[in-house]
Amino acid sequence: MKISREDVLRVAQLAHLDLAPEEVETYRGQLDEILSYVGKLQELDVSNVEPMTQMRPRNADGASAAGAGPELRDDVVVPCGVANAVLTEAPDATKPFFRVPKVIER
Amino acid sequence: MSAAPTWTIGSVRDALLAKKNSARELAKDFYARIERRNPELNAFLALCPERAYAQADRVDAAIAKGQPLPPLAGVPVAIKDVISTEGVRTTCGSKILETYTPPYDATAIERLEKAGAVILGKTNCDEFAMGSSNENSAYGPVRNPASPDRVPGGSSGGSAAAVAAGLSVVSLGTDTGGSIRQPGAYCGIPALMPTYGRVSRYGLIAFASSLDRIGPFATSITDAATVMSIIAGHDTNDSTSAAVRVPDYLAEIEKPVAGLRIGVPEDYFGAGLDPEVKTKVQAGIALLEKLGCKRVPLKMPHTDYAIATYYVVATAEASSNLARYDGVRYGLRVQGNTLMDMYSKTRERGFGPEVKRRIMLGTYALSSGYYDAYYLRAQKVRSLITQDFADAFEKVDAILTPTAPTPAFKLGEKTADPLEMYLADIYTVTGSLAGVPGISVPCGKTAAGLPIGMQIFASHFGEGRILQLARAFEKAGGFSI
Repeated sequence: MKISREDVLRVAQLAHLDLAPEEVETYRGQLDEILSYVGKLQELDVSNVEPMTQMRPRNADGASAAGAGPELRDDVVVPCGVANAVLTEAPDATKPFFRVPKVIER
Repeated sequence: MSAAPTWTIGSVRDALLAKKNSARELAKDFYARIERRNPELNAFLALCPERAYAQADRVDAAIAKGQPLPPLAGVPVAIKDVISTEGVRTTCGSKILETYTPPYDATAIERLEKAGAVILGKTNCDEFAMGSSNENSAYGPVRNPASPDRVPGGSSGGSAAAVAAGLSVVSLGTDTGGSIRQPGAYCGIPALMPTYGRVSRYGLIAFASSLDRIGPFATSITDAATVMSIIAGHDTNDSTSAAVRVPDYLAEIEKPVAGLRIGVPEDYFGAGLDPEVKTKVQAGIALLEKLGCKRVPLKMPHTDYAIATYYVVATAEASSNLARYDGVRYGLRVQGNTLMDMYSKTRERGFGPEVKRRIMLGTYALSSGYYDAYYLRAQKVRSLITQDFADAFEKVDAILTPTAPTPAFKLGEKTADPLEMYLADIYTVTGSLAGVPGISVPCGKTAAGLPIGMQIFASHFGEGRILQLARAFEKAGGFSI
């Protein structure tokens, strides 16, 4: 067994998931099975391979693609009067704020 | 089963121009079809008749004034429920967004409506597009119109079923590991995943940002090409969208295919491939050879590592993207004593089992001590898989494979085993990881009448090439081979 109960609880805490007790064992078994399958990636020698950190498609003609990669626009302020529309969707808002449970005890 | 007439973009246009029916009457007819079929199929999660009729009336007014009609004037379309629509509920098939109404339209939506399309409503999908059968929707599974005891595929199952059942003329889906192509194959219709960056994702609710793409379902290649010509192109609101010229797809698709080199990788025809699927796809390839294409045997040696790579990369990105659902800004909130308590309770109740499973997988793969062994290694193998494609496209103009290893399976058949379900994507995830475009086209049926799909990949921004081969295949009768 690769994945322990403690692993599942640690990951659930990192992911902010308040798992029910019966879920812990289910996920333990499933994560164990999936990660064992993923273990086949260890078969390959990747010591001289660069990780693919960005998807940069090449042009249809194979040329390396001006414009095909991520492009940053100029850092110019544009009007964005969406605060009210956005707050309308909040479960608890007192305009112009989102309200959350108290974070800091005085 | 479906005796309803099959509308195409062209026949809608002809009928409107000949004044056989108005755009409003057509929309009304489609809503009547949806009313009849949707209780069984569960393809639509929300309808937006007010918006649809307002748009139809604008089209009818333009016709009355004799104004030129835009390319999709009056065409009823359906939209996967992960694409934002202003004022129309958008749930991503999740309880955590059960009440969410976006304050803006995705760029793809804006472009469709500007081209005259009539948006009928939002289609069912696996929760946050995570699934291969549509059974992970919080709002119940979609049924396959070709065989209602079977899944329509996923995650864009509702968009595929809607078009296959004649409940919309075309639809938009999204593809992260096969979620357009695989349901296209299962439902028996053309389904195109464009190149990464070809279609703006502004307003697409993110699952895995290095993989997600928006693309069309249609009943004909001409319709798929027409939709692509509308939604493709650079968008300043999406920094990952490519500033690469969009060709005239409708001109591209009528070019002759004789002389094109079609690669057939043996790695896609091995163990696990259903014999009936294998036979039909080989017949499909033979048909293209008959049309003058040159068959080139290929090896793509890292194909077998694609599922493992995909389920590390995609879940890692998902764990990060879905961190935003915390009960603060939108959607569900479950009260807690502290902020952390509120986050954890909200996410526990709002997310379904597959989404939680993937968030945990991704969190694990990114966590301290495991990052190098899982995430970094997967990114390296992704480079190798991408190189397989680059090498192949040195020798061929397109790659032909089955879309999925089997036809549509029965509801409930794979829900108990997540890994078994993941393997339904075995032939589609490769192209997702490499960023290349791919289509699934109908390629006959099994003896039991279940649709089979053949997949065509081309190199980056080669949608025109894919559609050209698909159109030749369609004209030669390949869809019903």
